[in-house]
Amino acid sequence: MRRIGDAPLVRRLLIGAALLLSALFLLLPLVAIFAQAFSQGVAVFWANVSNTFTLHAIGLTLVIALMTIPICLVFGVALAWLVTRFSFPGRRILQTLIDIPFAVSPVVAGLIYLLLYGRNGWIGGWLDSHDIQLMFAWPGILMVTIFVTCPFVARELIPLMQAQGSREEEAAVTLGASGWTTFWRVTLPNIRWALLYGIILTNARAVGEFGAVSVVSGAIRGQTNTLPLHLEQLYQDYNAVGAFASAALLALIALLTLAAKAGLEWRASRREAYT
Amino acid sequence: MSIRLQNIAKHFANTQALEPINLDIHEGELVGLLGPSGSGKTTLLRIIAGLENADSSPQPGKILFGDRDVTNVHVRDRRIGFVFQHYALFRHMSVYDNVAFGLTVMPKKRRPSNGEIRARVFRLLEMVQLQHLANRLPAQLSGGQQQRVSLARALAVEPDVLLLDEPFGALDAKVRQDLRRWLRRLHDELNFTSVFVTHDQEEALELSDRVVVMSNGRIEQIDTPDTLYRAPKNRFVFEFLGDVNHLEGRVRNGVLTCGDAHLNVDLPDGDEELQLRPHEVRLAEEPSAESHLPVTITAISPVGAEVRVELEADWLAKPWLATVRHADFERLHMRRGQRLFAHPRQWHRFKEDAKTPEQQAGTSGLGTASAAG
Repeated sequence: MRRIGDAPLVRRLLIGAALLLSALFLLLPLVAIFAQAFSQGVAVFWANVSNTFTLHAIGLTLVIALMTIPICLVFGVALAWLVTRFSFPGRRILQTLIDIPFAVSPVVAGLIYLLLYGRNGWIGGWLDSHDIQLMFAWPGILMVTIFVTCPFVARELIPLMQAQGSREEEAAVTLGASGWTTFWRVTLPNIRWALLYGIILTNARAVGEFGAVSVVSGAIRGQTNTLPLHLEQLYQDYNAVGAFASAALLALIALLTLAAKAGLEWRASRREAYT
Repeated sequence: MSIRLQNIAKHFANTQALEPINLDIHEGELVGLLGPSGSGKTTLLRIIAGLENADSSPQPGKILFGDRDVTNVHVRDRRIGFVFQHYALFRHMSVYDNVAFGLTVMPKKRRPSNGEIRARVFRLLEMVQLQHLANRLPAQLSGGQQQRVSLARALAVEPDVLLLDEPFGALDAKVRQDLRRWLRRLHDELNFTSVFVTHDQEEALELSDRVVVMSNGRIEQIDTPDTLYRAPKNRFVFEFLGDVNHLEGRVRNGVLTCGDAHLNVDLPDGDEELQLRPHEVRLAEEPSAESHLPVTITAISPVGAEVRVELEADWLAKPWLATVRHADFERLHMRRGQRLFAHPRQWHRFKEDAKTPEQQAGTSGLGTASAAG
């Protein structure tokens, strides 16, 4: 018996189209990045990467990502817990609000932050009089990065926690477990894979974010330049090899992230087959 | 430990889930909360457990375990065991860890030593006959096994009362039978106080010392299974506890008439509705002086100890169901399309306007029609 839509011709055409498109839009650019980065040899590539400004950009990007992840993690878990374990007026609206950072263009997000926290902004004016500078400094970069990445963890957790329900937690409490114990020993183990997955996505976005960061960072070399911003500057300065060296680094981080994600998925499917 | 509920009420948003309820459960008793879905039985059980709070206004209710007032005691300190309908086992823990959980989360002062925990867990696993599966994950067990693990887990902390929410609802019929008997035996052996929720009247009647029948957030009747079945207080209880045949008609001079059917009854003139259980219908080839109820057999199900026969007639709005002994079935050569006469051995009568149990107790009646033969 052949299933509907399973004619050999259709199948070959679809597979061929998928392969061709993947090659054109994904594989080829990726190869091009590395080819360009190494076009003048490893030495030039290395010189570009080990350049002070590049190193600083790498450092800043990683620090921002490392600070973003725990904040988004706590925020995401708390939000998912709130939305799935309690019913209160406005719960639906809150669930919609979570998606705002996905819906809004990152540039717009950056502009809003600039408007609010910039020196001439509503809150920024008051902060400035107290000698606190958020915009055009790393706190601003952190703030917009958190804004664009905060939905990832919650988005991963909410459907899972909804499906799992709260019966296991209720069971734990009837057995005398405290709230903390219940969270650590019952809730967390049940959501750990979704949580890790959310972290991976958060990290990928935090490292790669360009639009929002470019508005609030001021892109001062050696001070507020993240890797994506640095890359763009190099490219504008006609330093193609330098730009592609940075691009290669970003691509490498992306590839590592994808590998981690694939590894997690593989583990998850193995666990399912086992149980 | 006895359980005493005083004035327990609950509403969700605009719906009254429980009207103020008073209930006494004696020490060592096994009590079933029976009712259709939406009758408030699960809500009541969760309030006893402390998983749900009873209304504090207009008047606050009270929950007592023995002499201990637990109304404002948190679930984790109520010393209850709770068995969930879908087991709610910790899916990432082995069977052993599931059963040990309640012991390992005890505060350091009260927590038994590791060796003691191990011994106690294995004693419980032995009791539920699952010691060979101690290292399995819940997902690797059958439904019946999972429910036994969940029972062992609840008993591990030696609760004062055991509460079970539709404990056998998700299991197939055979396993359910076994587990029911097993739970009854366990209850008699360990002698704890248990309350379980069910919508299955057979399960409630078979398992309970006393049954609490609920509907629409009210208690309709509390009695032993035997009394409940023989002397239902009102129409709801009667109809909920088994199949019911209705006979509607007008009484005149001691004869109830309905189309071409009539039956002698000792009732005053007026419209009446009588109810009969399937086993209270006798079938014969001839009418009698007391009753003339012509019926036609439309379906026959010979499975079980008795034959179930479905009956239809012009004067019946809904078909009747009669259970017939296999011997009578053969004697009358029953077959589909055959015309026979029904003879009530006994009938019941409940007044429609009776809304509260007090009123119903006075007006419900039990009559016996002296059918010939």
